Amino acid sequence: MIDVLVIGGGNAALCAALMAREAGASVMLVEAAPRAWRGGNSQHTRNLRCMHDAPQDVLVEAYPEEEFWQDLLKVTDGQTNEALARLVIRASSDCRGWMRRHGVHFQPSLSGALHTARTNAFFMGGGKALVNAYYRSAERLGVQVRYDSPVCDLELRDGRFIAAHLAARDVDGRRLPAERIEARSCVLAAGGFESNRQWLREAWGQNDRGEWPADNFLVRGTRFNDGALLRRMIDLGADTIGDPTQAHMVAIDARAPLYDGGICTRIDCVSLGVVVNRDGQRFYDEGEDFWPKRYAIWGRLVAQQPGQVGFSIIDQKALGRFMPPVFPGTRADSLEALAVALGLPVPAFLETLRAYNQACRPGTFDHTRLDDCRTDGVQPVKSHWALPIDKPPFFGYPLRPGVTFTYLGLRTDATAAVHFAGRPSPNLFVAGEMMAGNVLGKGYTAGVGMSIGTAFGRIAGTQAAAAAGHCISPLEAQYDCANA
Amino acid sequence: MTVQMPDPHVFEPAPPQAELIPLLNLDEQEVDRQMRICNACRYCEGFCAVFPAMTRRLDFGKADIHYLANLCHNCGACLHACQYAAPHAFAVNVPQAMAKVRGQTYAEYAWPARFGQLYRRNGTFVAVALALALSLFLLLALQVNGTLLPGRLAGDFYAVFPHNTLALLFGGVFSAAVVALAVALRRFWRTVSPTQARQPANGALPEAASAVLTLKYLDGGHGQGCNNADDRYTLWRRRYHHLTFYGFMLCFAATVVATGYHYLLGLHAPYPLLSLPVVLGTLGGIGLIVGPAGLLALNLRRAPEHGDAAQRPMDRAFILLLLLVSTTGMALLALRDTGVMAILLAVHLGTVMALFVTLPYGKFAHGLFRSAALLKFAIEKRRPDPHSLGGD
Repeated sequence: MIDVLVIGGGNAALCAALMAREAGASVMLVEAAPRAWRGGNSQHTRNLRCMHDAPQDVLVEAYPEEEFWQDLLKVTDGQTNEALARLVIRASSDCRGWMRRHGVHFQPSLSGALHTARTNAFFMGGGKALVNAYYRSAERLGVQVRYDSPVCDLELRDGRFIAAHLAARDVDGRRLPAERIEARSCVLAAGGFESNRQWLREAWGQNDRGEWPADNFLVRGTRFNDGALLRRMIDLGADTIGDPTQAHMVAIDARAPLYDGGICTRIDCVSLGVVVNRDGQRFYDEGEDFWPKRYAIWGRLVAQQPGQVGFSIIDQKALGRFMPPVFPGTRADSLEALAVALGLPVPAFLETLRAYNQACRPGTFDHTRLDDCRTDGVQPVKSHWALPIDKPPFFGYPLRPGVTFTYLGLRTDATAAVHFAGRPSPNLFVAGEMMAGNVLGKGYTAGVGMSIGTAFGRIAGTQAAAAAGHCISPLEAQYDCANA
Repeated sequence: MTVQMPDPHVFEPAPPQAELIPLLNLDEQEVDRQMRICNACRYCEGFCAVFPAMTRRLDFGKADIHYLANLCHNCGACLHACQYAAPHAFAVNVPQAMAKVRGQTYAEYAWPARFGQLYRRNGTFVAVALALALSLFLLLALQVNGTLLPGRLAGDFYAVFPHNTLALLFGGVFSAAVVALAVALRRFWRTVSPTQARQPANGALPEAASAVLTLKYLDGGHGQGCNNADDRYTLWRRRYHHLTFYGFMLCFAATVVATGYHYLLGLHAPYPLLSLPVVLGTLGGIGLIVGPAGLLALNLRRAPEHGDAAQRPMDRAFILLLLLVSTTGMALLALRDTGVMAILLAVHLGTVMALFVTLPYGKFAHGLFRSAALLKFAIEKRRPDPHSLGGD
């Protein structure tokens, strides 16, 4: 019998597998996706939010614990667990040496992402390069890796993990039989339920307009996070945390693929123009704050609009000032022609733009700071970067809500244990998106998903190894596993 | 009386050259499509020069695409790290898209233009050139001595081929190759560099030279090397390439020194084993055996999705030719005092001749186009970025 079974194949699962193996446990990792799609949402990530008290290789200045905590408190509106959040924050300050040892390379902020030079360490080549490095390291250390292996059920006895079940399945035209995999302990790191469209539909329900909003969502993340294991754990009585409608959700290009759109489908010109809904009406302050601090709320804002669609409208002045979108915008030489091309009601759209343009107060435009270009006498206001949209050509980009990952998960504690009716399991642990909701009740701030996945993946791996009788030295682990 | 009507073409103003936007062919359109995806992602910025060069552009014209295609070293890092690589529907494979265009640029800028097609069936071209050059020297040797096995000549090469014949033959072919390459390179440079961006700013030239001589962009951006068979990094491609390049240069230096000995010092071959030309040639020869052999081994194990499969014959033909030149050269050195010297000499000179003839229309050209692209990159990065992206 193997010591530790890790279910999942993204960052948190790999961190758990590597830590457990380093502690001396025999480890098997089962990834639902085929090899080409391995890595879950981690393949779409690009950085890790890191606490640091002084400049550190690729990170400039300092990002102390308290500031990180305040940022998290702000974006979550207090829907977080301070003890677990601080644990994640502290872990983010010293996990990178370990990451490097397993082949991860860091680099300074990417061009066009300079706002994060202080707070986020970027992975050279992005998350897929990180995932590749971890898999190479895991295989070198002797972790058994199996692809195309979704777990459909767990066998538990009094909150204790006994075995996992794989259903019979077809892989590359071959029929594989159902399997039962026993292990002394287990780590669940199989992601949220964002690619389960039925579950999203149920969670979001029907709105006052009779629409099922989730039917119009796109999934920025992996197509393999169907939440089957999460649903099974809920049915088995595991304690949960979080609201199923809360998620990392941004406004992305409506033409993005249904799954795995990743980073390049974002639209970064929102704060440089206006956003209207299907009826040609503005609905939120586009210049409230810097885009990196606001992009995470726009998914929900668009989700609340009729048809769950929005249109980011800019003019010639905005060109070259934002990251180029992957799909070309709809271009027109007049606002009227643009409305026609985008299928918007022309009179309403023109009235919205007229009212906005008239309300723009003179100021000194500077998109690198919160400037004094604001509107006066229009609702909603635009607080910064408000320039009249009057210089052709005009461009429009259609927006839809894009879900990266959902926050409904399993309740846990500092040992990453899965809980049943308030009691921690002795040998079943959880990491990554399946428990991120403990720290992230709502909202998002760049790179924190990887901070949570890395911190709890490593804890879960260490705890699972300990539960199987392999105790890593407290010196190496930096905390005492005797407390487990 | 008839009035001569002016030729209407004379009065039709020619459209200014700069405003003509050349249409992209299918492979160039593919680079354009992929660069638009990459430019919205940028995760690979740390790997090499291609992505920083890309971020300075919002649109990709033919000249930009030709420049980027030659800046790409086909290291494979961005493919293995790509979240949009197949099976993703975006099917991004930058090394492959760049390689396809790169192959076309060699042919497109070649001079004389019609010889550009020699790139297309390059394996055949090299093989034919080799066969012809070998025949030439074997027949020549036969004609001079009446036999290919004239007995021991004590390393006296000029008893087989008179020195002046060799100097004339190789000098002529080599000069023609240099001219053809120089013209091609100039055409490439003028296309990818608009007039105002041609002057190297301070430090651009040394930086580009260093990138060429150290193969900076085969280090993966993190120093662990590039990809070959899979997502693992390896420094061996860089090392074997160094052995090949510096081996080639040492052999070239040996020839230059020997020519100097001959004409300036009146010292005639054969030279002693510890003389400068022989030492340089031996060291170079070893590099030119180990380097290409290693590159060939790596090439055979290369991930199939790397680069353009249609160019494998060109890559391998060049590697094999280098191997032939070096092995016959070393064999000649070892056996120069024996009865097979004349035939070995004919074979060696035949392979060298084939190498010279194919230089301007084969894999060798990549070094020049790549160096030019690296120089452009070094110049360009010293200029202010045309865009100030707020982005995130």
